[in-house]
Amino acid sequence: MIVNEQVAIDHGLKKDEYAKICELLKRTPNITELGIFSAMWNEHCSYKSSRLHLKKLPTKGKQVIQGPGENAGVVDIGDNDAIVFKIESHNHPSFIEPYQGAATGVGGIMRDVFTMGARPIANLNSIHFGSPQHKKTKNLLRGVVHGIGGYGNCMGVPTIAGQTNFDSSYNGNILVNAMTLGLVKKDKIFYSKAAGLNKPVIYVGSKTGRDGIHGASMASASFDEKIEEKKPTVQVGDPFTEKLLLEACLELMAGDSIIAIQDMGAAGLTSSSIEMASKGNLGIEINLNKVPCREAKMTPYEIMLSESQERMLIVLESGKEEQAKKIFDKWNLDFAVIGKTTKSKKIELFFDNEQVADIPVNTLVENSPMYDRKWKKVKLPKKNKIKKENLKNLKITDVLKKILANPNVCSKEWIWQQYDHTVMGDTIQKPGGDSGVVRVHGTNKAVAASVDSSAVYCWAHPLTGGKQVVCESFRNLISVGAKPVAITNCLNFGSPENEENMGEFVECVQGIGEAAKYLKFPVVSGNVSFYNQTKDEGIKPTPSIGGVGLIKDYKKMITMDFKEIDNIVLVIGKTEGHIDQSLFARNILDEKNGPPPEINLFNEKNNGETLLKLIDDGHIKSAHDVSIGGIITAVSKMCIKGNKGINLKKPKYLINEIEYFFAEDQGRYVIEVKKDNLKKVTDVLNKNAVHFDELGTINEDQLFINDKTKVSIDELRTSNTNWLTNYMSK
Amino acid sequence: MKSSVITFPGSNCDRDMDVALKKFGFKNKMVWHNDVELPKSDLVVLPGGFSYGDYLRCGSMASKSKIMKSVINFANSGGMVMGICNGFQILVETGLVPGVLLRNKYLEFICKNVFVKIKNKQNTYFKNIDNEVLEFHIAHNEGNYFCTKDQLKEIEDNEQVAINYCNKDGKTEEQFNPNGSIENIAGIFNKEKNILGMMPHPERMIDSSLSGEDGSLFFNNLINNLK
Repeated sequence: MIVNEQVAIDHGLKKDEYAKICELLKRTPNITELGIFSAMWNEHCSYKSSRLHLKKLPTKGKQVIQGPGENAGVVDIGDNDAIVFKIESHNHPSFIEPYQGAATGVGGIMRDVFTMGARPIANLNSIHFGSPQHKKTKNLLRGVVHGIGGYGNCMGVPTIAGQTNFDSSYNGNILVNAMTLGLVKKDKIFYSKAAGLNKPVIYVGSKTGRDGIHGASMASASFDEKIEEKKPTVQVGDPFTEKLLLEACLELMAGDSIIAIQDMGAAGLTSSSIEMASKGNLGIEINLNKVPCREAKMTPYEIMLSESQERMLIVLESGKEEQAKKIFDKWNLDFAVIGKTTKSKKIELFFDNEQVADIPVNTLVENSPMYDRKWKKVKLPKKNKIKKENLKNLKITDVLKKILANPNVCSKEWIWQQYDHTVMGDTIQKPGGDSGVVRVHGTNKAVAASVDSSAVYCWAHPLTGGKQVVCESFRNLISVGAKPVAITNCLNFGSPENEENMGEFVECVQGIGEAAKYLKFPVVSGNVSFYNQTKDEGIKPTPSIGGVGLIKDYKKMITMDFKEIDNIVLVIGKTEGHIDQSLFARNILDEKNGPPPEINLFNEKNNGETLLKLIDDGHIKSAHDVSIGGIITAVSKMCIKGNKGINLKKPKYLINEIEYFFAEDQGRYVIEVKKDNLKKVTDVLNKNAVHFDELGTINEDQLFINDKTKVSIDELRTSNTNWLTNYMSK
Repeated sequence: MKSSVITFPGSNCDRDMDVALKKFGFKNKMVWHNDVELPKSDLVVLPGGFSYGDYLRCGSMASKSKIMKSVINFANSGGMVMGICNGFQILVETGLVPGVLLRNKYLEFICKNVFVKIKNKQNTYFKNIDNEVLEFHIAHNEGNYFCTKDQLKEIEDNEQVAINYCNKDGKTEEQFNPNGSIENIAGIFNKEKNILGMMPHPERMIDSSLSGEDGSLFFNNLINNLK
């Protein structure tokens, strides 16, 4: 095939990008080379629109061993233990083919983690769907949940937490973000940097097929009406092979024969070989006839661009081939020496004794395009004037029941019951709490993890929204008694070529950066997914933040269920009555304008750290952060989980009951303390200048509000648990 | 007491079972599916997971793997063999216990705590357990136990039902059946009661910080009965 500008454009490259390729090579590329450039230079692999802004994120910290730039981030959790973790998007493929898209998303992120030598110990996910009324939503949800479960369950890694949201902005572009945590010894971490000359380059895992060709390019473009035709770009997952690959890799890693290892994810053999060569400042020579193929007559182009799953590339110490092969034979996996490292600093590919590609590595990596895209600043919207008389007619318990049954608040048990969350025998906090918690096997330590997003806040004001998501993650970790350590982010946005969308991206990243820096909660890994857009319509800006925290003594872990009748319930943090952009305003009053709640980072940190100290001293019986739906929603969930009631009293404030109970002011937690401990707790709060209100006393099974209104916890539970099950069974 | 846990390609509860057996005093060995000989054992466990990816039929390929010849001989000579979840599916495929395990009634994987009522205590597995009801944990996609009418009659005549799904008060009604199993069957024996296949995972209930502790009760009792 003759390569020209049009062929390059069909590969998703821009005119000037093609011109740059010709200039860098000082000739016209052949079709295989063009394919390689298109794979490396697309948005998904090159971060060409985001790199400039991502640089501003804080990535260092006392506990950070590895920040962004590797397969995953690594943090130190003491005693020579480290946690490897990352979140990644698989949005585009999941919309086209929900089961395989979601499954391979989970498979891909687990590979990123065990490539570094870590055994995966927990999976999480953040999934966003269109309006429940949209005709595609139900099938997409079912397919994605089955896909996530199908892969994770088979791997034997517990799925311990997650988040599911519905919003019409995802009607044409759902989001599937998967996160994995792995455990590794600090001195046994593996990296992707190749080193040494003439070292054998090894291919292991599944055979290469024709699936997923141009997957990464597909994920770097908006959708249009021809989206169904893109099905062949979706990879097909085989979790069984991945389980074997995991065990075989960890067995090989126990020895000392690996120099560098890299999984073949997006852009397959192309990006894995180039990344290893680039990091090691070396060249790589590959004989494509040696690559194990699933189908006959695959061309060099297809072999290089296939995104077949469950494959790894390894640079091995010379002479260790036989020993390594034995391990992969034992696990019935392919093992092939396909090439060697060279000093040429080029990617040289051979097929049928002919050279089919000859590209300097730096042209693909350092010289890849980087854009400073135009972007528009988003102003803080004006506050709404909510008419008090509109609130008067509302019956608070009716509103509460509606909010508990809202698709974004209701119990997601239907989903997480389909995920094995107890395999590996260390899950001490299941899904449905503020964070999932797993013990570090055989120790007293535990790791907490949570994944959060607040698209509505980010949409209303990206800078505030960006800060808020990081704070929410911080709070979710503290609520279970974990000290926040670091985050990973998955930045889901519309087209970067649109100034508004780019503005949302830039400002969300700025917000994330500010909060992460202030809270000493660095970003150690992540990915960007642009073009979540169908024709001109983009999604709400949706950064997902995956937070990881450490509990030194797992017996001190806190859960959110109310524990004991007569205990006192407090709310930490000040309630100003911020209603704009709250679930209450948007869904009950149908008021979609106004600014999101303000973030005060000082209070956020101070409230959180003070609570963590109270937990550490054993004064807290249960805790839950206040998020969408406000105080009364948080309290109701604690009642439902603990099968207890509460006598709620609104403190004397200028705002009315509705505002107090449904406002979404930030930096707040509901906590339960024993009567005898109340003074000790309030002394600590006062000493640290943490605002608190006393909310009431736990009772048997009713929720009373100011002694007047009451509703039974059973009734609230029904509202909370039935929506999703009913929706999915219709 | 010596135990052996077989690891098939795709097993993923083998380590959990190893941890549990050791915690309650077994000297446990992990045995690779391609081995021919079974180490001297007082108990052999086929663990949960997705042996051979559950391709073809759950447990089908594992039932033909090399080590299974020794396991079958061991079982036929009266040796104690316990299959949990995928292990139960493997046992069914070998024919060591009757019946089959179909896809769950609602076609979804289920991971949750369940209650089971002990139907038969005249055996080494459940003898001396005071409780009538245990809280166990299930995590499976194909746990819907099924057999023919004649088989069911034979199973019942021989008192081969080990445990039934129930509520916390031991009521074994259909509404407490998580997966559509015939007669709420969660686990069965062979005629001689030395082989037990069950869907629930007692190895996930061995610590008050986990889902519960009835697994501890089960393993403690089992090792004492074996002594």
